[in-house]
Amino acid sequence: MDYIPTTPEQRDHMLRTIGVDSVEELFADIPETLRLKRRLDLPQGMTEAELLRHMRELAGKNRHLDELVCFAGGGAYDHIVPAAVRTVISRSEFYTSYTPYQAEITQGVLQTIFEYQTLICQLTGMDVANASLYDGASAAAEGMIITCAHTGRSRVLVAETCHPEYRQVVETYLRHQGIAVDTVPAREGVIDLEALDERLENDVAGLLVQHPNFFGHLEPVREAGETVHAAGGLFVVSVDPISLGLLAPPGSYGADVAVGEGQSLGNHLSFGGPYLGFLAVREELVRRIPGRIVGETVDAQGRRGYVLTLQTREQHIRRERATSNICTNQALNALAASAYLALIGKEGLQEVARLSFQKAHYLASRLEESSKVRRPWQQPYFKEFVIETDLPATELQSRLVQEGFVAGPAFSQVGLAPETALIVCATEARTKREIDRFVEAVTHATGR
Amino acid sequence: MFEATPLLFESGAPGRKGFAFPPCDVPETSIHEAIPPEFLREEPAPLPELSELEVIRHYVRLSRKNYAVDVGIYPLGSCTMKYNPKVNEEAADLPGFKRLHPYQPEETVQGALELMYHLERFLCEIAGLDRASLQPSAGAHGELLGLMLIKAYHASRGEEGRDEILIPDSAHGTNPASAAMCGYKVVEIPSDERGGMDVKEVKRRVGPKTAGLMLTNPNTLGLFDENIAAIAQAVHDAGGLLYYDGANANAILGISRPGDMGFDIVHFNLHKTFSTPHGGGGPGAGPIAVTKELAPFLPAPTVERRPDGSFYLERHRPQAVGRIRSFYGNFGVLVRAYAYIRAHGPEGLRRVSEHAVLHANYLMRRLAPYFDLPYDRHCKHEFVLSGKRQKQRGVRTTDIAKRLLDYGIHAPTIYFPLIVDEAIMIEPTETEPLEALDAFAEAMIQIAQEVERDPETVKSAPHRTPVGRLDEARAARRPVLRWRPPAEDTAATQER
Repeated sequence: MDYIPTTPEQRDHMLRTIGVDSVEELFADIPETLRLKRRLDLPQGMTEAELLRHMRELAGKNRHLDELVCFAGGGAYDHIVPAAVRTVISRSEFYTSYTPYQAEITQGVLQTIFEYQTLICQLTGMDVANASLYDGASAAAEGMIITCAHTGRSRVLVAETCHPEYRQVVETYLRHQGIAVDTVPAREGVIDLEALDERLENDVAGLLVQHPNFFGHLEPVREAGETVHAAGGLFVVSVDPISLGLLAPPGSYGADVAVGEGQSLGNHLSFGGPYLGFLAVREELVRRIPGRIVGETVDAQGRRGYVLTLQTREQHIRRERATSNICTNQALNALAASAYLALIGKEGLQEVARLSFQKAHYLASRLEESSKVRRPWQQPYFKEFVIETDLPATELQSRLVQEGFVAGPAFSQVGLAPETALIVCATEARTKREIDRFVEAVTHATGR
Repeated sequence: MFEATPLLFESGAPGRKGFAFPPCDVPETSIHEAIPPEFLREEPAPLPELSELEVIRHYVRLSRKNYAVDVGIYPLGSCTMKYNPKVNEEAADLPGFKRLHPYQPEETVQGALELMYHLERFLCEIAGLDRASLQPSAGAHGELLGLMLIKAYHASRGEEGRDEILIPDSAHGTNPASAAMCGYKVVEIPSDERGGMDVKEVKRRVGPKTAGLMLTNPNTLGLFDENIAAIAQAVHDAGGLLYYDGANANAILGISRPGDMGFDIVHFNLHKTFSTPHGGGGPGAGPIAVTKELAPFLPAPTVERRPDGSFYLERHRPQAVGRIRSFYGNFGVLVRAYAYIRAHGPEGLRRVSEHAVLHANYLMRRLAPYFDLPYDRHCKHEFVLSGKRQKQRGVRTTDIAKRLLDYGIHAPTIYFPLIVDEAIMIEPTETEPLEALDAFAEAMIQIAQEVERDPETVKSAPHRTPVGRLDEARAARRPVLRWRPPAEDTAATQER
């Protein structure tokens, strides 16, 4: 089936207006040798009912998280999504709209982006945020590019304790710009400050630290920031937005750029995307921000309105001299994040952070009762942590699925060692009963 | 008619909540014992405090001040604002897709992997290429990855000196920006009098420094580059590769394939050609398809099938360029595009392109008497007019665009491509009915007449929108990029 409304009579009317006899003629400028002489080799089309049956079948081959209980983390989290978020992002005036190029008839999207920028600033304690980036990892890469552009230096440092996939993305983005990426090793599951000191020369543009880090631990962000600043570099922190209901915001400990993954804010897990990367900076760096930014202005009658602004940073104006190539972003996911923050509000953010902290700490205390489960590090953590057992972690994951649970990532899923280690996480969405049953399942799986 | 909508921050009341989290049902740990005080937030984040109804009203009111495909024709050139089928939304909303964690064991996500496996093959068949990566989150992201592959390919052959990318002067801004982001120098190639790339100039500029060429075909003028075979040969003979910007692929589905034209890498904008919603600016997806020779450089993980028919993520890819994002791409967008392709099948997709081209040519002929048409030949899925004639009357293209808003119609893309003076770039898409095409044409024709009769009305437009023409210069000169509480705002102003 298709969605083409043109009847045969209307087609003939159009052809007459154009002055041709057939649609074929409109393609006459495509050289004969370049035309496809056969049908595309694709499955036959379907009606809506057939399609839905097929899509349900495919979806049915997955075991989703209303069926399995989620104790997985590692950059994507099973936080509660309030029903009203869906209502907001299901307004087709929003979701079938384009980037707001004609401001006067897209004030809806523009105001929501302005509000999103403000909310991200309120969360992070930074001065200015952009309208979103693809995800937390690419936001980290863009953040590091800002440090190079601002300092004119071409070497950056990344803490080994950052999400391995984020480190890979930063490395890939920066290597192609001729920027060297060095890793600052970990000690006891957090950044090794002495090693940082050794690697800091006055050629370092910036340092990336994730806080809480990939292992769930809190990082010595104040010390790390002071150290990199002393060498004239900038400090970039990747944060879990939910943690900011409890933890000090990056703006309070000297971060120059704050980035992060916004999925936890009202976006479904959706097998890894679409999510949203947020990026916020100190005032001084505003003209180095990548991507869309919305600003407030007025019309001729002095009425307040919003427009895309500072566009001379962007690819459609500046072309090869733009701050980034980004054009399409994650606006609808940013809208979900805004609606989420508006709904839960000042009090709710503190609650969701506190509840996640409590559930994760209860989970850890229960797991510690088992002689088969070890926690390699004893650092302060927020909502996830690392455990090791005698089993390969992927084997443990599979056994847990049989008992109705999902945990991870296994270190081997993200290229880390040892293969017996994995992440476990508990958010406010987990109940005591689920946690107790999960601990039983782990004990059972590791005791076999 | 349209009241101003206060910001979230100007609404609500202290203590109000729009959502209740469950009470704590586990024995509590003392936060102050578990976390050293220097890590803790001193003041709560100053978020708004609203009830659920206030939040819903806020957004519903804002949505009513927003234009969208579901409201009316959205003829933005090079954006392919076609209808977004609702069944695809329903499919993506199935818990079996929406409620999956990216690190679930592979045996629990076989349906998701199967969908990705087949979508990759569908896109390869449509492109005429061999393998694809679904990781890029947008067209520009695909461009960046494609250019990285070009770099890796040349490096694997010991040809690191190739540091130039050829790009036509009609290209999308993302092309040169992506090239620069990948560390390349941009060599701009002028267009010829038919609107194609100047072949003589391509031949003159290719050489041992050439890494590749990026081209949109049909190009941003909506014209098919007839010389593509000669261009491809010149670039290949010089040792370079060809990158196809798929922003305009809505014109060629099942009709001509970039791989057959000689392109080595293609990105598709799933949010354009394959109907996934634009979301007010995103999310999209920009998968790239490549030749066999380039496949080893695609980033990990790829989705592969075992002899027993099960699917898995291949993470071991020693020659891969590296990741460009976390996880596996914008999966929810992939689900919608997969559903779109399955619904249409081969005949349906070909009908899509035939009608996209038919509709564009029809509109072009209806408007040609009233506006300058710089390249007068059959267009593909879009065409470009020039507002030169109107400019002589003191009315700029931006004025015409703003006046269209008064007719309740979103304006086309304007001032792009850069090689056309006062450009008006129109892409109606195949899903617009004749009546909508005619209404758009009538509005444009009336505006052309207003320019003659009453240019002031056009120059001061829009008149019937929630706000009048907004002062963009002021927004850029004195940036206000966030709300601040009134007291803080005054203090900040005084500091300056």
